[in-house]
Amino acid sequence: MEQQRDESQLPDSRGFFGPYGGQFVPETLMPALQELETTYNEAQADTSFQQELEMLLRTYVGRPTPITYAKRLSDALGGAQIYLKREDLAHSGAHKINNALGQALLARRMGKQRLIAETGAGQHGVATATAAALLGLQAVIYMGTVDMARQKPNVFRMQLLGAEVRPVESGSRTLKDAINEAIRDWVTNVRTSYYLLGSALGPHPYPRMVRNLQSVIGREAREQMLAADGPGRWPDTIIACVGGGSNSIGIFYPFLDTSSQMIGVEAGGLGIAGGQHAARFADPKQGRPGVLHGTYSYLLQDEDGQIALTHSISAGLDYASIGPEHAYLRDQGRVTYTYATDDAALDAFLQLSELEGIIPALESAHAVAEAIRLAPTMSPEQIILINLSGRGDKDLDSVMQALRQREEEKHESS
Amino acid sequence: MNHHNGERVAAAFATFRGQPTAAFMPYWPLGYPTLDASVAIVSALAAAGADLLELGLPFSDPLADGPTIQAATQQALANGMNSRRAFDLIREIRHRGVKQPLLLMGYYNPILAYGTEKFCRNATAAGVDGFIIPDLPPEAAGPLASTAADLGLAMNFLLAPNSTAERIRLAAKATTGFLYLVSVTGITGAREGVPSDLAAFVAQVRKETTSPLAVGFGVSRPQQAAAIASIVEGVIVGSALVRLGVGEGALAKVVDLARSLSEATKGALPA
Ligand SMILES: Cc1ncc(COP(=O)(O)O)c(C=O)c1O
Repeated sequence: MEQQRDESQLPDSRGFFGPYGGQFVPETLMPALQELETTYNEAQADTSFQQELEMLLRTYVGRPTPITYAKRLSDALGGAQIYLKREDLAHSGAHKINNALGQALLARRMGKQRLIAETGAGQHGVATATAAALLGLQAVIYMGTVDMARQKPNVFRMQLLGAEVRPVESGSRTLKDAINEAIRDWVTNVRTSYYLLGSALGPHPYPRMVRNLQSVIGREAREQMLAADGPGRWPDTIIACVGGGSNSIGIFYPFLDTSSQMIGVEAGGLGIAGGQHAARFADPKQGRPGVLHGTYSYLLQDEDGQIALTHSISAGLDYASIGPEHAYLRDQGRVTYTYATDDAALDAFLQLSELEGIIPALESAHAVAEAIRLAPTMSPEQIILINLSGRGDKDLDSVMQALRQREEEKHESS
Repeated sequence: MNHHNGERVAAAFATFRGQPTAAFMPYWPLGYPTLDASVAIVSALAAAGADLLELGLPFSDPLADGPTIQAATQQALANGMNSRRAFDLIREIRHRGVKQPLLLMGYYNPILAYGTEKFCRNATAAGVDGFIIPDLPPEAAGPLASTAADLGLAMNFLLAPNSTAERIRLAAKATTGFLYLVSVTGITGAREGVPSDLAAFVAQVRKETTSPLAVGFGVSRPQQAAAIASIVEGVIVGSALVRLGVGEGALAKVVDLARSLSEATKGALPA
């Protein structure tokens, strides 16, 4: 069941987490957002809706996803014991399906046959296409052409699932631009289409709705950590990567009332100093609160308020803004945010593959990188829980290319 | 410019109330196709029968715009447009003798980045009469709207065909200039014909407010402009003009279309 406690907590009725969030959208979308909020509130209170979602998560997605003790990685690092929440084992390969399925059920409830979605890594696009196939809905997925090139297998998967993938050529041709096009489609087809936003961002009620749908990750983990084959207590530290912020808020939220420390890991790209990254909190020069895609949150931008171009080896983290609840949790000091560079993520990708037989998504590898850095500074009695948000099958091309580039650079410098 | 510029906006519609004619309101992106050329084109539009002018401020992610205005505003950005230069260009436009009300149309983030209060003050000083901000619905406009009110700048909110009666009342209450009726659910871009539900949309809005109404998005031809002028106080044309903005004889083509659109809003149709 979804937690009801968010009713008494944030966001407020206008969608704000402190100063962050809200609804900064064209008028055409305001009635649609209000309709969505009403439908979502009704669905939250409707046990038959919740039962159907729960049943599908169990019988179709394969939930609960297990928690795996990463013994060899823990031993190699010689510090804290590392556990993995295995969202990579969820059907279609990442946590994205938790949200896509929930929202697709809402779309059906609203009588909308056509789903619109954006995708960066392709995982949200695949999840949306999957949910559409399952429920007999139509799916149109916008994807930047840069991302199409680096996540090719996912483009084909979406097509196999019956979705239409529309290439986006504008701007940086990545996630930000895909969202622009998806919103343009939504404004145009607002009466017949449902916008299935893939992360805990955008205008209210999306950040709240996506958080609640993804909170299944943290709720399961709370129980599993105490269960017979778990460590028997809650983690000292929880680590998750932060693109828009859905897998991270999904594991953090149910633990907010515990004493667990939490770390969100942004994409450090080629390093903060050069400006080629997607670390909204780590770059005081470019990262300031502002409005993009309907929400007020931290945003990489230039002095004039134009949105900065971002870079990350992982398409799913390559985005200029961050979900508003993360900006709030950071201000509150409840969650700490750091970053991992492309290089660190690539090392973590290799290390987890070799030591545990688990190939992580490049996004998730950013969280693993932070655990690799942190674990040796902790004692063996302490516990780290990583949200392993997805699997790396989609990234094999990117990783092969990055490794080849590494080889060449090594040759050049020797 | 004097204080209470906002009153100039409302006043510009006064003569069209209850008449089959309307204000002609062309849109032009500042800084397109070059900084200087945009000053020349806006001045020429003013001379070609514009009753009010909308000046576009570019944003990197214009999610309410179609391909024509996307391309033009991206070019303006590449030309170095920003808020500070926009105010320089507006001063230059005023210096050339343009008297009509000038409305800045742009997305919220560049205004936030500049500082809303400073933005309002410098806009007023440069000769701006009001704002149109497509990603700032009335609920979210509070801080900007109160500074604008202090300075007499007109806040002009948008309504769409799917706006509820409650939202129409909300926008009407917040508007201190005119209500911008988006002709279709959609993005900017030249279209053919007049949407069949436009008259009903206008009638629905009239029930809730006496504010002047202007229709935009998709108006491209004099025939459309004439039909729309017969039911509202203003007709806004953007993409159809902007797409003529480059190449040989661009200025003359823009002015020609503007003149025939302006005449159409005053009841004269080309044969
Ligand atoms: C596997 C995986 N992890 C993480 C992300 C980042 O998104 P979020 O921060 O919303 O979890 C993505 C996005 O595509 C992803 O595919």
